[in-house]
Amino acid sequence: MKSLTTPRSAGAAPEPPAVAAARAGDRRRLAVLVQRQGVLAVLLLLVLVSSFVFPSFGTLDNARNVTVQASFLAIVALGMTLVVITGGIDLSVGSVFALGGVLAAWASQYGMLPALLLPLAVCGLLGTVHGLLIARAGMAPFIVTLAGLLAARGLLLALTDEGADTYLVPHGSAFAELGQGTVAGFGHPVLIALVLFAAGGLVLQRTSFGQSLFAVGGSPDAATLMGLPVARTRVLVYTISGLLAGFAGALNAARLSSGVTIIGVGMELDAIAAVVIGGTLLVGGAGSVSGTLWGVLVLAVIQNLINQIGSLNSSYQSVVSGGFLIVVVVAQRYLARGPRTT
Amino acid sequence: MAPPDAAPAAPPPGPDEGPTAPAVLEAVGIGKRFPGVVALDDVSLTLRRGEIHALVGENGAGKSTLIKVLTGVHRPDTGEVRLDGRPVAFARPSDAQHAGVTTIYQEVNLVPLMSVARNIFLGREPRNRLGLIDFPRMHREAAALLAGFGVTADVRHPLGSLGVGTRQMVALARAVSVRAGVVVMDEPTSALEPREVETLFRVIGDLHDRGISVLYVSHRLEELYRICDRVTVLRDGRLVHTGDLADLDRMQLVAMMLGREVSEVRRHGRTGFGEDHHPDREAVLTASGLTRRHVLDDVSLELRPGEVLGLAGLLGSGRSETAKALAGALPLDSGSVTVAGRRLGRPSPAAAIRAGVSLLPEDRKAEGIVAGLSVRENIVLAAMPRLSRAGVVSRARQDRVVQVFMKRLRIKASGPEQKVGELSGGNQQKVLLARWLCLEPKVLLLDEPTRGIDVGAKAEVQALVDELAQEGLAVLLISSDIEELVEGADRLVVLRGGAVAGELTGERVGEGELLEVLAAHAPAAGSGPDDEEVRHDG
Amino acid sequence: MAELSPAVRRGAVRLPTPAWFQAYGVYAAVAVLVLFNAVFTDHFLTGANLRTQLVQVAPVVIVALGMALVIGTEGVDLSVGSVMALAAALLPLYLGYGLLSALLMALAAGAVVGAVNGTLVAVVGLQPIVATLALFVGGRGLALVLADGQLKQIANPGLLGLGTDDVLGVPVVVLIAGVLALLVAGVVHRTTFGRRLVAIGGNRAAAGLAGLPVKRVLIGVYVVCGVLAALAGVLATARLTASDPSTLGTLMELSAITAVVVGGTPLTGGSVRVLGTVCGALLMQLLRATLVKHDLPDSTAQMAQAVIILVAVYVARERRSR
Repeated sequence: MKSLTTPRSAGAAPEPPAVAAARAGDRRRLAVLVQRQGVLAVLLLLVLVSSFVFPSFGTLDNARNVTVQASFLAIVALGMTLVVITGGIDLSVGSVFALGGVLAAWASQYGMLPALLLPLAVCGLLGTVHGLLIARAGMAPFIVTLAGLLAARGLLLALTDEGADTYLVPHGSAFAELGQGTVAGFGHPVLIALVLFAAGGLVLQRTSFGQSLFAVGGSPDAATLMGLPVARTRVLVYTISGLLAGFAGALNAARLSSGVTIIGVGMELDAIAAVVIGGTLLVGGAGSVSGTLWGVLVLAVIQNLINQIGSLNSSYQSVVSGGFLIVVVVAQRYLARGPRTT
Repeated sequence: MAPPDAAPAAPPPGPDEGPTAPAVLEAVGIGKRFPGVVALDDVSLTLRRGEIHALVGENGAGKSTLIKVLTGVHRPDTGEVRLDGRPVAFARPSDAQHAGVTTIYQEVNLVPLMSVARNIFLGREPRNRLGLIDFPRMHREAAALLAGFGVTADVRHPLGSLGVGTRQMVALARAVSVRAGVVVMDEPTSALEPREVETLFRVIGDLHDRGISVLYVSHRLEELYRICDRVTVLRDGRLVHTGDLADLDRMQLVAMMLGREVSEVRRHGRTGFGEDHHPDREAVLTASGLTRRHVLDDVSLELRPGEVLGLAGLLGSGRSETAKALAGALPLDSGSVTVAGRRLGRPSPAAAIRAGVSLLPEDRKAEGIVAGLSVRENIVLAAMPRLSRAGVVSRARQDRVVQVFMKRLRIKASGPEQKVGELSGGNQQKVLLARWLCLEPKVLLLDEPTRGIDVGAKAEVQALVDELAQEGLAVLLISSDIEELVEGADRLVVLRGGAVAGELTGERVGEGELLEVLAAHAPAAGSGPDDEEVRHDG
Repeated sequence: MAELSPAVRRGAVRLPTPAWFQAYGVYAAVAVLVLFNAVFTDHFLTGANLRTQLVQVAPVVIVALGMALVIGTEGVDLSVGSVMALAAALLPLYLGYGLLSALLMALAAGAVVGAVNGTLVAVVGLQPIVATLALFVGGRGLALVLADGQLKQIANPGLLGLGTDDVLGVPVVVLIAGVLALLVAGVVHRTTFGRRLVAIGGNRAAAGLAGLPVKRVLIGVYVVCGVLAALAGVLATARLTASDPSTLGTLMELSAITAVVVGGTPLTGGSVRVLGTVCGALLMQLLRATLVKHDLPDSTAQMAQAVIILVAVYVARERRSR
């Protein structure tokens, strides 16, 4: 539908006069600006206001706390961003995150390298399987990764005697240090997430692979006809998503010192929420990793704020997140396409 | 039939060669079948260096399949593709592109959300020393390239913000810039305005001079005769003729495409329309001052029972938009539509349909048929409330209506329960006509009713339009086929830039007159349609 | 069995085509599982066991019926599990005013959530996944806020009766699910609402130009889905004898989507298979029960479920690509 309507609506309008064109250009620039940086503005505002209202919010300690908690979701959401830009979706990341943690915790008894490589290998492979089913067999991403969600969770249960066993990361090991150590008070996961986002942004904006992600998401048919390796791009992007989710899980296991089996449930939806709030279009073809980073932080700050307000039940967090999500997507919709809905 | 000439021993190299230039791209004995259909049966085609080669045929003749075989989208079941005399097997479009065979498709060609420059360089972006994309250089080169095609748009803007013609030019620029030896163009002018067509032809001329071969698919005969050297005609998946275009006159070419005798085509004329009608004087639909920013500017028109009003104009002139506005499918800033003396309130398709106005939309697949539903359900879709009681549909009543219309419109389907998506374009169009006719409308708005359907169905639809007008229906006919408009319409309203540019009635309804109004410069303020001076040809 | 007849009639041993699988595969699979269990599983064909299976699957069936309608419009509703929780949370708050008002409040909550989803999809024009994601996140939070995060025991005999009573030997829950399935099938095939829904799912633009009330129908579909989910929440609560908004209905959206997809309804809209959906839910239930009865762990059940989903979609894909 999208590929049909977008060019049609643009093509159907007659050449507008110069003034109107300029005005339309301004409007488009504004829309792009809001799309790209609106979340950042919201985030800054949120941080600014809450720092005044809650003295305990604006502290360095709290900032360290918020960022380290957000870093795992951020890494998962980074992979999700790339997938969503290609017009796909990866519902398996929550399960893969948990699986990665369990694998890492189990392998950590053999040292740092196995603890990282095993989850990367298994989760990357899972992602590759998703990609192959989607790109080669032509199945819907939604459903393939839904099956992947179940399969990864099943694999995790099989590895842990139906969730009864919890593998522990050896205390004081290098791997544990990876999750628990700090630089200038900020946890290693925060720095790792930042490095990954910088790399992700570079890949997305400044490499042919990144461009092909946009092309595949914007118009798969055109991308094929232009000779881009569409199938390979898709397989790769789901592999990356699996790798990042598994890596985030491993990192989380290192931080928690154990492979918790029950985490990651619903994480895929948090990641999607962050991606969408960050201005990436769920239909594919447009988006940015920086937006996703701000989206993750907005969600984390909301959670932190609700915790700050001691009298509030913690379930308000999801009410606020859900409400915020609606506001953001409705606003995006109106800004990006104009108020016409027909 | 006509076997491709064997390449002569020592061809004079160079662009301006005649029939003796060497073959660049050859299809030899290509066969291709899809489940249930033989798309191509032993088809051969030879494209020589530097020639502009026309590929023509009716819908379903196999043109698209042949192009797709030549460009690596499909693999042939039998036969082979040769490039510079060597057999090649393109597994995918990128293989063909790397070999220098690029294609400009009719619809999908580029990514609307990405910038113009990114589209042009997609997959072969210029890099800097770090291996990262060098955007300044990419923008510079894209702008320079486009300037050669007469395009001055900002290359950093998303492609989707450009007009259709400009987008087509960008596609062409991309194709040429990938060092193509062969460019395949599938209906490249279908969305272009005359000015853009001229630019395109100039560019094609340049390609010709540079020794690049062009395979040109179009069913606009004027264009073929203007630019093409040779022609290959396909019909029903078979090769009918290959030869110099100059050796065929237009009637012969049309006859070959249709598989009819020339005399027969002449006798019947080329459209299914009959005599003019004699409409009532009282208008059944009156539109006044239809205005929507950037789209329609104060469009007023009247439709009388028993007449066919032609709505003429170039692409982007607001033809389809006017029809949509009349059918309540386009929100308006101002203006009103009155049907049978009653003014339509808040515009919506449902309200317009209740008032007796039905629109056959331009894009049959996207806005017309529901492909997965049966012929029956597609026909009764709009009439459902009338064919049901208390929200429960009556199958018996539906069947009666469907039977009547399948018979009357001669819809060829295995039965009313066959899925519409499985029918041919012409029959799909008839199903849509049935959908509207079973509502017994007062006004029928037909937006390109014969586009993309085979010649037989086209004549049937044209005859039906005639018949409906005879019966007292008011018909608005939109068509980019000038011949169809002139022969079919009793009166012509010409749109330009979203405004009414002129009206032709009676004797003045003719191709020459219409072209003059269409080609006229935008009228200065104050001059109305009546000031248009119309000269007759003879 | 009806599903075997096409091959039998041809009188030849031919491998079933993907189209055949999409159309009849789910019935064949249910039949095979029933036969397998009848032969190899002890105490399978007992009244008590069948009863357990049906009672367990009933809420999934009810939710999946609504989901099938939504998927028929090329949509999806992720909020169903949260709606179940919301309904569960509302019940104890209003039981003091009588069972009927509590039921009405619960169903009304489902209708409101559905109306919001429908409005976001139909009027604002959001993608269904995004629109319903918001209430998926927010709905359960709201339920927890309403219930103050507590699990509350239910003592109302009328409500508990919904979970435990029989009518003519059939559990009320199963009866309700059965009647609803018939009702939804009737709506889909015999009413203007149902046919319009399918047409809108098949081609929304065409439906709009044909004068169909697209927005109204879409909102209606999401409302129906919300109400059915709320009803499932009420029935599940009655069976649990407690209102548990924190866990009730978690992953229900996945089970419901699975049932619909395995039942042969394409995710691309334009078709709704009601009997297929019921059998899809039944298949997943039987599969789990079979594996449990044969001492295979839950992990195996999940992986088997994954494989079945993939097969179902793969088969549907073959059909579409023709």
